[in-house]
Order: sequence, then structure tokens, then C-alpha cells
Amino acid sequence: MLTINNLHVAIDGKEILRGLNLNVNAGEVHAIMGPNGSGKSTLAQVLAGREGYQITAGSAYYMEQDLLAMTTEQRARDGVFLAFQYPVEIPGVSIALFLKTALNTIRKQRGLPELDAIDFLNLMRNKMQQLDMDESFLSRAVNDGFSGGEKKRNEILQMTVLEPKLLILDETDSGLDIDALKLVADSVNSMRNPNRAIILVTHYQRLLDYIVPDLVHVLLQGRIIKSGGAALARELEKHGYGWVEAESTSRQVA
Amino acid sequence: MSTQLESWRNMALEFVPHALAGHDVPRVLAARQSAFTRFAEHGFPTRREEEWKYTDVSAIGRRTSLAPDNIPPDPSFEAKLLAWSIASEGMHLMVFVNGHYDHTLSMTDHLPHDIRLTSLAYLLDDTSHFSEKFFDKKFIAHDFFDKKHEHTTFSALNNAFATDGAVLYLAPDMVLDVPIYLLFIASGRGAAIYPRNIIIAGENSRAKIIEHYIGTLDVHNFTNAMTQINIAAGAEIEHCKLLQEGPAATHIAGIHAEQATGSLFISHAFTLGGHLCRNDITTQLNGTNSHCELNGLYLMNERQHVDHHTRIDHIAPESSSQEHYRGVLDGSAHGVFNGKVVVHPRAVKTNAHQVNHNLLLSRQAEVDTKPQLEIFADDVQCTHGVTVGQLDEDSLFYLRSRGIDADLARSVLTYGFANDIIERVSVPYLRTRIEHLVLDRLPQGDQVKDLL
Ligand SMILES: Nc1ncnc2c1ncn2[C@@H]1O[C@H](COP(=O)(O)OP(=O)(O)O)[C@@H](O)[C@H]1O
Ligand SMILES: [Mg+2]
Repeated sequence: MLTINNLHVAIDGKEILRGLNLNVNAGEVHAIMGPNGSGKSTLAQVLAGREGYQITAGSAYYMEQDLLAMTTEQRARDGVFLAFQYPVEIPGVSIALFLKTALNTIRKQRGLPELDAIDFLNLMRNKMQQLDMDESFLSRAVNDGFSGGEKKRNEILQMTVLEPKLLILDETDSGLDIDALKLVADSVNSMRNPNRAIILVTHYQRLLDYIVPDLVHVLLQGRIIKSGGAALARELEKHGYGWVEAESTSRQVA
Repeated sequence: MSTQLESWRNMALEFVPHALAGHDVPRVLAARQSAFTRFAEHGFPTRREEEWKYTDVSAIGRRTSLAPDNIPPDPSFEAKLLAWSIASEGMHLMVFVNGHYDHTLSMTDHLPHDIRLTSLAYLLDDTSHFSEKFFDKKFIAHDFFDKKHEHTTFSALNNAFATDGAVLYLAPDMVLDVPIYLLFIASGRGAAIYPRNIIIAGENSRAKIIEHYIGTLDVHNFTNAMTQINIAAGAEIEHCKLLQEGPAATHIAGIHAEQATGSLFISHAFTLGGHLCRNDITTQLNGTNSHCELNGLYLMNERQHVDHHTRIDHIAPESSSQEHYRGVLDGSAHGVFNGKVVVHPRAVKTNAHQVNHNLLLSRQAEVDTKPQLEIFADDVQCTHGVTVGQLDEDSLFYLRSRGIDADLARSVLTYGFANDIIERVSVPYLRTRIEHLVLDRLPQGDQVKDLL
């Protein structure tokens, strides 16, 4: 579904991603772990189409299309979804308006009819219930004055409503208490299916207790330096990133 | 005084009051004549005057007609439709065409008995109406008509030439839930229009008043309007001015309120159309514990020019004011905001907050914004803030990352920016109407309208 080859990305001439390779198939859940500043959010943002990054080398293909040549909105319509690490506040625009606008553009792309007000409301009620969100959320301005946990839940709500094919969750676990974390994990798990792929970006193992990944990658200084199964996350939790780093340098030296 | 020869000085305008309402009532005629003299001494303001530094009104002095027309034309079908739709909402409606009351389009039948809503011309023409037992002895409409508002010379011109307008009198304790809608239609070609409204709210009375100016034709109409609002102790007035003049129209207006103890004045000014628009909105907080909120939204495009000058005088102690103005400027539009707050020596424990945020949607659009705080009292809390900026890139990316295309995302964000002011209006009908007017001006706004 997603194939990234030798991706190099810089901001203001400073290289952040330095030859990243990643291959994600439909049906898989990948976790990308790494300490702060290792380039996880940069990768997530570049995949979603954020401008302002210089892609100096490499490629990314999404469902046989050149992802990096597509506009942000085109990627979203084709099923790429990023749950933001820092969701943006949009004062004056209600969640209802925001999501209805998004959902209808995406449905149009998929050849589905627009939802009328009643169907939309029913859909939202259903999805919000799953996340234990009050219906009054619908009339609140997007993320405006939300707590950290509310913002994260709002990202997951959008994900469940828009039903993307490639889900990228950037530190969605941070700022959530344990109950909220479980709700979010349930929602994500319920979206797992053979046609969908999920990339979980996190620097803690905590989330991975609830969403068990097929593969775990360690991102360090803009490169994936180690990949493994779910057990790798537990190793990292025990020994920290220093251990992989040391291992990888010694391999380079050898 | 202006030394250049302005065409208006050759028009024998001093005779105009003789043809206007109240011309055979000596006091009214005298008031008009002295107002004209005040105006003529000064003439139209020039940009050398501080209050007119950014707004050039010299074109008004070069108009070929400044006298109000006495026989209004038939309003357009579109304007009539609007009047009918407002009446069908059950609101109390007074319609004026080029500054003249049109009773066939108006609908004031359902007003409660102790509320008077009358045409000013009717009151000016015959003093005997004032002796009606109903009117409080202290209330004499003439006093309000005579009142000099020196804020700009346009108010003197309005005093001299006012043709008609609404006079609203709310008896003490009268609470009117249904809004009063004053619809001013500009019709015909190049007309000069001088509406004058007087609102008197008795103690503890409450009402909502909408003042809507609409011009549909691309003609050089000139409107010079003035509204006086007197709010007695404990009374609450929500006033909403909706300015939707035609693309070539000039609109200069004043709204001047005076507030007694414990009163509330909420003013909204939505300036959404016109070639050159200027609103001077002032209030005097004369009584302790009085409160005002001045809200405004201007949305301009092409070569439109919009200027809001507000002035809040905190005169009595413990009064508060909140001011929220926002502007959206596209094309080569020019916005001006000047918010003056004066805290007088006696006005201790004043609370005054003012913000003005501006969104520039194009490189050519510009705004001149200036908060002006003058504080002569101790123990006061006053803040002000101004921003001028573009749409936020992070917000745009967020919307686009949900599939919304860039143009629509910009419109949604602009709508959100404007909505901060729109949602302060308490009348749902009006909120929806303004939302739609704003969205009509934005790319793909129709799509957003359907989703609201
Ligand atoms: N907009 C930016 N401008 C300059 N440097 C940036 C910007 N965003 C991120 N960086 C830098 O890029 C590096 C990687 O950041 P990021 O991708 O956010 O890491 P992570 O998500 O793994 O914590 C950091 O050194 C950070 O300081
Ligand atoms: Mg990050």
C-alpha cells in the first residue's frame, strides 16, 4: 500500500529524514518508535502533504501512485489520514460543519451520494458514542479550547467518520488518561481490516499494549535503524533507545 | 473652512429645509437652518483632519445633487421581496425608500399598545402629536431632533436634511421580544438619502432593533444616516446595523447612544457592501454600572473602502465596555478602524476591553487600525489588542488534510473568522441572514451554506 524509498527531507536546509525506507502492506499495523526529535512527525507530515519541507531525494508510492506529487486534499480523498500530534484550533467553525464538509467531499470522490442532515447526525451520534463523546461536541468549534485529551479524541472521531485506507496516528496516545487510551485503542482496533493499513507513531510502548502491531520500527536521526515484531517494542521499553543506537553504530563500524 | 470651490456651495442648499417635513413648524425649521449653517461653516471634512485621515470624502462635495428627493421611486422587486419576507417572519417592520416611510410595505400592526413606533416626518409635521397623553411629559421628540452631535459634520447635514426615519418609544418596563426591523431601501439614480432614527428606551425596557440598509443598483447613491439611542436606567437595547449598500454607493452614518445607570447597549455593525462606508458609533456611559458591547464585522472587496470610528465615553464609575471588531479585506479594499475609549476622571473602576482583528486575503488589501485609550481615572482595567494577518497555514493544512480543497478551506476559515462576530447576534433570523451574506461573498460559499 505504501512504499517509501530512500526518502531525504530537509527543513530550511537542515536534513531531518536521511534515507528512510518503509514498506507497509494492506492489513498491517506498523509502529514507528523513536526518541523526541528523531523525525517521526516530519515523516507523518510529509506523507500527509504538508508544504514547507524540501524533499531532496527518494520516493513514496501510495497504492501505485506517486504520493509526493499529489496535493494534500487529493491524498485525503484517496484515503490517507493523519491524526495530528498537535491538532489545530479552528475558532468559529463547528465540528459538525468541518466534518460534514470533509465527509461529503470524500464521499463524492468515492462516488457516494452526499449525506443529508439526519443521516449525518445519526452517523455522528453512533461514532461519538463509541468514543464516549457528548453530542454537544458537534456544535463546538474545532479543537477550540479543547483539553489535550479532547483534541486527540476528536482526531480519532474524524478518522472513524472518514474511514480512510491508510491511517497515520502521530502520538495519539500522549495526553490521554488510561480510560481514554483504551477507548481510542478500541476505535483503532475496530478499524483494522485487510484493506487498511495503520502506522502508529509513538515514543512510548504504552499504546502498543492495546494495539498490537505487526511490525515495529525504530527511527533514529532520520533513519529506520531497526525493525522487528511486537517484542521489539517491549525491548525498547526495557533498555531504552540507547541500546539500539549502540547496536546500530557497532554494525556500521563492523 | 475649505478654500477650494466645492460644487455644493453653488446649489442653494440652504433652501432645502423649506421643502422638508416640519417646515411649517418654526422650531423644526429653525433647527434645520442652524444645523445647515453649522455644516456650511465647516464643509465636508478633508483628510487633513485627524478623524478623516484615511477616508477621503471629497467626492461627496462634488456630487451633482445633495438635496434629498421628495418623491421616492418605486423600490425594486427584489427589495419588496425582502420586505415581505421580513414581515412574514412576524417582525415589526418599517420600510423607508430613499429616506421616506413606505407604509404599504411596512407591518407594524402587532405592536403592543405601550410601544410607539412612528415615522419621524409625521411627528415633525405636527406638534400636536406630542401632547398625546401617552407620551411621557419629559419626552419631546423635538429635543432629540434638535440635539447636536458634533462628532462629525455629517450629523449636522443630517440634522438639516433628514427626511424621515423611525421614532421608537418604549414605555418603562416594556419588554419587546419580537425585533423591530427598520429597512432602508436605496432606489433610483444618484439619490441623496437622509434617514434619521430616534430610539428612546424607558426604564427597564428591553428591545432589539435592526437597521438594515440595502441598495441593489450600481448607482451613486449617497446616504447620510443618523440614529440616536437614549437608554434609561436598567433598560437594554440590542441594535444591529446591517449595511448592504450597492457597489457604487456612499454611506456615512452615525449611531449615538447615551446610557443611564445599569443599562445595557449592544451594538452590532455588519458592513458588507458599499463603495465608501463610514460608521461613527458612540456611546456615553453616564450612569454607574452601565455596560456596552460594540461588535463589528466588515467584509470588503475590490476597491471598497470601509471606516469604523467608535468612541466610548466612560463617564460614571463602575461601567464596563467590550468591543470586538473584525475585518476581512480582499482585492484592493481598504479598511479603517479607530476605537477610542475615554475614561473620564469620575469613572473609577472602569472595565474596558477592545480588540480588532483583521484578515487580509490579498496583497493589495490594506487596513489602518488604531486603538485610542485615554484614561483620566484611577483604578481602571483597560486592555486593547490589534492584529493584522493572513489565513493561518497550519489551519489550511489541517482542513486540506481532511479532503477539503484549498479554496473551500480558505472560505471555511474566513467564515470561522467572521463567525466570532456573527454569533454574538441574538436574533436567529438575522444571524442566518448575515451568515449567508458573508458566504455569498466567499468562493464556494454556497457549498458551506448548504452544510450549515
Ligand atoms: N518547522 C520546523 N522548522 C525547523 N526545524 C524543525 C521543524 N519541525 C521539526 N524540526 C526539527 O526536525 C527534527 C525532527 O522533528 P520531529 O519530526 O518533530 O521529531 P519527532 O516527531 O520525532 O519528535 C527536530 O530536530 C526538530 O527540531
Ligand atoms: Mg512528533
